[in-house]
Amino acid sequence: MTESSPMIRQSHAPASREPANLGDILERVLDRGIVIAGDIRVNLLDIELLTIKLRLIIASVDTAREMGIDWWEHDPWLTGKNQELLEENRRLRRELAAAEGTRRALPGRVESARTRPREPQEPERVRKPRWEEQPDE
Amino acid sequence: MNDVVGTYLYAVALARDAPPLEGLTGVAGGPVWAISHAGLAAYVSAVSLTEFGEEPLRESLEDLDWLGETARAHHRVVEAVAEKTPTAPVRLVTVYRDEAQVRELLEQRHDDFVEVLSRIAGHDEWGVKVFVAPSAAAPAEETAAPSSPGTAYLKRRQASLQTREEAWHQAVARAERIHDTLSAVAVASCRHRAQDPQLTGREEWMVLNGAYLVDAARAQELGRLVQELRGEGVDVELTGPWAPYSFTTPVEPLESSESEARDDVL
Repeated sequence: MTESSPMIRQSHAPASREPANLGDILERVLDRGIVIAGDIRVNLLDIELLTIKLRLIIASVDTAREMGIDWWEHDPWLTGKNQELLEENRRLRRELAAAEGTRRALPGRVESARTRPREPQEPERVRKPRWEEQPDE
Repeated sequence: MNDVVGTYLYAVALARDAPPLEGLTGVAGGPVWAISHAGLAAYVSAVSLTEFGEEPLRESLEDLDWLGETARAHHRVVEAVAEKTPTAPVRLVTVYRDEAQVRELLEQRHDDFVEVLSRIAGHDEWGVKVFVAPSAAAPAEETAAPSSPGTAYLKRRQASLQTREEAWHQAVARAERIHDTLSAVAVASCRHRAQDPQLTGREEWMVLNGAYLVDAARAQELGRLVQELRGEGVDVELTGPWAPYSFTTPVEPLESSESEARDDVL
């Protein structure tokens, strides 16, 4: 039997575990695993918020809508009291888009992934994720 | 608040299986050790609360470089333990004041941990992502007699959107079938949110981001299945084995303690 894909290993010999990509790691360490209240309690709330922000990176708004994911429209963090955050996100997004626009054109999916014009789907509040350029350490 | 030290928790395993982890370092480069108590082993390292306290975390969790580094370090420890023994990974930045708090946790939640660990023993988590190339599913546009250039454009646009929508629905249906097929090999499965192309670095649609808890003896079967499912414009990517991050969640501290509290009142 030949190995036609590097992703598939003959067996799961522990020594051969591959370095996983950061996106896969983040979605697991932030969103999965046992949730226990540590003594540093505020971190859970922070992570909720952070996870939301990451989700905006992971599933950008348009992609998410296409997939019928609209959690943020009902999410208390993003609807009520965090309106400011959203506003700030939009502003930063515009700035980032402007900056990005001058650097390089967005990939072809921009036209393909949307049915109506929206702001470019740049990450929220953060600069371009570094792992995009450096998938692994 | 001068450099108060906290205890950072990575994972829990059964004490009798707990492997020694010499030279393993965790977040912020601290050495990892196991606290054994009540038949369980908690993998921890010391962290400075100047970095891992509530206030500093609020800031640093926003810093993707810090987050990436911390996530990798956390994951490295979880993986190192999981390679050797059934392991329940704990969510990122779970920090306690001291070791005594961790011992108390192991004691109080002993049964939950044991239940989770016995459920996942002998199994691995595998990640499967399914990608569909949008162009593969979108046929050429029809030629219609245009009444005017504007109408023709709108018609073309509409047709293109319909085709895309149809292609999307087909891709989603295919993903469902793939998920079902893989779930049949797994003892448990779940679906993660699809990742954005920015993260995957691929232009194709990710239509499935699944996790499957598979008996170690069936790992090769899963691999073969994944290969068979490829083709016709669909790519199926297999990652793993992972520590069972996606299958340790039903230890429900918050809700159950709430309902317990309510029961107490009644």
